[in-house]
Formats: sequence, C-alpha cells, structure tokens
Amino acid sequence: MKIKAVIAALFAAATGSASVAYADINVGVTLSATGPAASLGIPEKNTFPLMPTTIGGQKINYIVLDDASDTTTAVKNTKKLIAENKVDVIIGSTITPNSLAMVDVAAEAETPMIAMAASARIVDPMDAKRHWVFKTPQNDAQMAIAIVEHMTSNNVKTVAYIGFSDAYGEGWWNEFQKIAEARKLNIVANERFNRADTSVTGQVLKILSAKPDAVLVGGAGTPAALPQKSLKEKGYKGIMYQTHGVANADFLRVCGKDCEGTVLPAGPVLVAAQLPDSNPVKKAALEYVTKYETANGKGSVSTFGAHAWDAGKLLANAVPEALKKAQPGSKEFRKALRDALEGTKNLTGAHGVFNMSPQDHLGFDQRARVMVKIEGGNWKYVQ
Amino acid sequence: MDLQIALLLGQDGVTNGAVYALLALALVLVFAVTRVIFIPQGEFVAFGALTLASLQAGKLPGTLWLLLGMGIAVALIEIAISVRDRHLQRIPSIALLNVGVPLVLAGALFVVSPATLPLPVQVVLSLMMVVPLGPMIYRLAFQPIAEASVLVLLIVSVAVHVTLIGLGLFFFGAEGSRTPAFTDMSFEIGDALLQGQTVLVVVASVVLIGALFFFFERTIYGKALRATAMNRTGARLMGISATVAGKLSFTLAALIGAFSGVLISPITTVYYDSGFLIGLKGFVGAIIGGLASYPVAAAGAILVGLLESYSSFWASAFKEVIVFTLIIPVLLWRSLNTRHVEEE
Repeated sequence: MKIKAVIAALFAAATGSASVAYADINVGVTLSATGPAASLGIPEKNTFPLMPTTIGGQKINYIVLDDASDTTTAVKNTKKLIAENKVDVIIGSTITPNSLAMVDVAAEAETPMIAMAASARIVDPMDAKRHWVFKTPQNDAQMAIAIVEHMTSNNVKTVAYIGFSDAYGEGWWNEFQKIAEARKLNIVANERFNRADTSVTGQVLKILSAKPDAVLVGGAGTPAALPQKSLKEKGYKGIMYQTHGVANADFLRVCGKDCEGTVLPAGPVLVAAQLPDSNPVKKAALEYVTKYETANGKGSVSTFGAHAWDAGKLLANAVPEALKKAQPGSKEFRKALRDALEGTKNLTGAHGVFNMSPQDHLGFDQRARVMVKIEGGNWKYVQ
Repeated sequence: MDLQIALLLGQDGVTNGAVYALLALALVLVFAVTRVIFIPQGEFVAFGALTLASLQAGKLPGTLWLLLGMGIAVALIEIAISVRDRHLQRIPSIALLNVGVPLVLAGALFVVSPATLPLPVQVVLSLMMVVPLGPMIYRLAFQPIAEASVLVLLIVSVAVHVTLIGLGLFFFGAEGSRTPAFTDMSFEIGDALLQGQTVLVVVASVVLIGALFFFFERTIYGKALRATAMNRTGARLMGISATVAGKLSFTLAALIGAFSGVLISPITTVYYDSGFLIGLKGFVGAIIGGLASYPVAAAGAILVGLLESYSSFWASAFKEVIVFTLIIPVLLWRSLNTRHVEEE
C-alpha cells in the first residue's frame, strides 16, 4: 500500500510539474559541443545561461542537447525535443550539415527553427519547408564579397585558394569562385586539405609554384593556421586571407607571428570595442562581450557564441508578439512565433541589424561584417 | 614538378613516414603479443603532444588526473585480489607503484611551475605521465579478457579509443596546440632547405627503431616478448607470464606513441583527436607488413608517408582516398600469397 501511495504521489508530482511546464515557453537547443565542431559549439553552449529567463512575463526553459557534430544525432535531438519536451522553438545546430537535416523535421512539426550555422542554403531558396527556418550567422557570400572587394582594392590580380576538404571548404570555394570570376580575379590554384592533416607541404608547394598575389585559406578554427604557417615557412610574401571561421583567440595562439598581417572578414562583435561609436552594432555587441567575459573570463569571447546570443535576441523580440495571439505549447503559438520572427525589423544583435522578410530569413546587410587585420597578435578593425 | 619540389615532397613524406613507421611497429608489437588491434595507439600521440603543450603553457595537464584515477582503480583491483589470495605482503608495493608514484609526480608539478623547466625535463615529465597509462589500460581493459577472440579484443579496443577521445576533449579542449621546435637549425642541401626539426624526427625514429631491435635481440625481456608472440602457450610453459608480456608490450606501445607525439608537435598542430588519423596511417603500414613483420611494416609506413606527400601535391582533394585505397591491393596481394591459417 505504502509503495502504491508513493507511486501515486510521484505520478501526481510529475504530471503536476508537467502541466506547469506547459505554461512556460520551452526552447529546444541542439548544438555541437563535442566532435569536430566543438570549438564553435562550446561558446554557443556557454551563451545560453546568459540569456533571459523570462520574456514578456513568461518563464523560458532552455533545453540544451549536444549533437556531437553528428547529423543523425542532430535529427534525433530535434525529434526528441519536439516529441518529448514539446518545445515551441528549436535553436540549432552549430554546423551546416546538421542544420540542413533538421529543416525537414522542424517543418514537418510546424515548429520554428533558428539555425546557428553559416551556409545560405539553410534559408535559401525559400520554400514551404524553409518557411519555418531562420538563421543568425552571416551568409558565406556576404563574407566572400567583402574579401574580393578587399583584394581588388589592394591590386591583387592572381589568387590561390586552399580550403577544407569538407562542406565548409567546398561552400567557400563555390562562393569565392563565382564572385572572383565576376570581378576578373584570376584563380591560379585550388587545393584542399583535411582538418586533421599533419602536413600540407604538397599543396603549399603547388600554390607557391603558381606564384599568386594573394592566398585565401577556407578553413575554420585552429586547423586553418597550418597552410598559413607552411606558406610562411616556405617564404611566401603575398597577402594572406582567412575566413570568419578562424575568429577566435585560439587561432591567434596557434598561428602566432606567422599570422601577422592576415586579413579576414568577420562579424562586428570580434572588434566590438574598436568600432566607431556611430556604428549601430557597437552597443549590442559590447553588451554580449561584457556578459560573456564576466561569466567565462577575460578574452574568452568568440564570434560563434554571439550567433547563439542573436538567436536569443530574435526570440526576445518575437515572443511578446506571439504571446498576444496564443498560449505557449500550442500549435497556434508556434505559428504566431514564426510570423513574429519573420516580421523582425531593425533589431540590433551582436553581429548586425536584422530586417527579416518572407523571402529573407536572415535579414543582414553590410552592417553585419567588418574587415579585420591581425596586428601584434590581436584583431584590428580596418576602416 | 621540378627537382626541388620533388625533393621537398620526399623530405616531407619521409618525415611523416618515420612517425607512421614508429606507430606501425607499436601496432605490430601489440598485436603479435596480445592479439589486440590497438586502435587507441594514436591517442597516445595526441596525449603525449598535448601534455607537453599544457606543461609549457604552465597548466596542469588533465592526463595527470587520468593517471591518478586509473592508478587508484588498478590498485583497488590488485589489492582486492591480494586480500582474496592472502598475499598481503604485496599490498604496499602495489599501492606505491600505482598511486604513490603518480602522487609524487602531481606533488612535484604543484611545487615547481612546469613552464619554467628546461625542454628535456618537460619531455621526460610528459612521458612519465602518459606512458604508465599503457600498462594500466591493459590491466583494466584487456587483461581480464586476455583469452577472448580477436574480434572481442577489437571491440574493446574501439571502446577504449572512444573513451580516450572523449577524455581528450575534456582535458585539452577542442582547440589544438603546438609546441616550440626543439631546434631552430636548418641546412641548405642544393636548393632545398632542410629544417632541423624534421631531421630530428627522422633521426629520433631511427634511433628508437634501433633501440627496439636491440631490445628484442639482446635482452631477456625482449626475447620473452618474441617468444610470446611466436607461441603463447609454449611461452607460458617456459615460465613467461602472459600478463607481464602484455603489460610490457602496452608500455612500449604507449612509450612509442607518446614519444611520436612529442616529436611531431613542433611540426604540426595537434588536436585531442589528431592521433586517430595518424594511428590509422601507421595501421596501413602495419597491414602492409601483415601485422607480423617489423621491417616490412616500417617500410610500408614510409611508403604511406611518401604516397601521402606526393598525392597532396597532385590531387590534394583525394589524398586520403589514395592513401587508404592502398590497403586494397595490399590485402589482395597478401591473401593471394599467403596460406590462410585458421585461428586456434
């Protein structure tokens, strides 16, 4: 009898707490805190505790799962979040392959999803499925245009490309090649390397024998330092370009003095303190930097965590709108939330200013990127 | 491709090949003695390199806690067995070896700041932290199932690999590290510039291979290992303990792995999961040697290094494909050339 009573009590408690949870807004998060994309996923994970716990008077529950940079796990997490946790919105994942795979699941369950991965393909071309999907990081194309502009204004005529032999490197190659050809840049070499490679001597020698004015490295995080170090070691003197994927302190630590003078496009949050006061993003970016560094120590901030922060910003802006129309936990609320996200106008995040439209579920303009140069082992804002 | 490029690529290939050769030898050794296909071999490379990098950054490496934790686990098991068998006099030596030594090491690292020590001392300290993990892993994971089939041993080996990768991420974080070069010397040979560090890698590998040869040919422990590799039952009848042989082979494998890690960390950035791919290439070398012949395995590993280097020049996008496809003709050739012997 006693056991039965206990079970009954537990059951009552469980259902009781569940009914309370229904009134809260549940935000399901899946990110890559382990596996190859861990250096991107960890700062994102650290950002969620900094986000508001109530929006518009409603309690927000963040349910954060790790997908280990694995596509299957990301899909599994998404299904679990929708079926078991009854989430009102999904945030994730960190990388493009995972996010693309999650689009189908989120659209089928009619749950809005905000991706923290870079590829434009996540929200473009707009169709019935992507109707439910938004993203916060800048498109590769925007960044590639910035690089090509910098190249042409610095008299670069010939350029070599060396990128990761995965989706990141291929994506950059496609964007960069298109824009470079349109601007009459001559691409003289196109090489690939693996994140885990211990040597890129072969690729580097081939690039050197093509004698390019500039080299673009299409890699993310510290592995992108390897080709640059090898090029310097073999005496390359031209301009080096990196992508915004390297924008964290570990890259500077590993690359050291070999990366002096490297140019890259990045989100404004990377050089928040150096931005002119007239820049509309400065205040929002500094707010994130201060919050993150207070919680995780000085110099720990990276641009990747700010993508998660911006997802939170979008939510904080959209939730009060949606609450006017429906109660959290319902199908109507998810639809209202989606509509509110799409209606985001002039919202300043840490990475830029969002102006969404039915056709554009990112909503960034050129205010979302700055050119940055590595000087004296630090990021330096270039006008 | 002119001669200079060919020479530079060759030099790069031999340098990488030398490291693969060391790992191939370790894999052959472990397989011959214990029948374990030792997938975590590469983790010792990463642990060795990253432990050294942590010491140089003035941090206490996570491997120290792993060593303490595993030491305590091994000591508890051994003490329980001693109590059961009433060999109480063994307890002090068990505790001293598995827990005492790591504690002294930890204490020493707390007292002196590791970043200020000279490089050779840092290297020795890193090896002291990583190498004992080898026999401890054998004691915890493989000794209880030493008589199991090759397949079961392989599955456990995969489990150990996944566990160590996870611990590596936890200890060292997702980003890689590089250590400063042992030497800044460089030589001009013709037009090609030869880095002192790459020469050091090749020389150190050759010396280590020579030392292994001496160990197997001239010392009683080396001969015992060879005997166990040839015939386990026969060796046991001659009084060679299979457990000691297993532990010894794992110690050597850990030493070779950690030492390779220390060697390559100034040339390349090492990540918590870099070891796997390096170990896998050593494995291709070992397969060329049929997991039995040391010289062929070493030669095979050098071949892998050269192939990798030249294919990265000609077709960088397909480099790994080319390297790992090499294994298919080799397996074909081996299976056509050798008589298949059923496992006992």
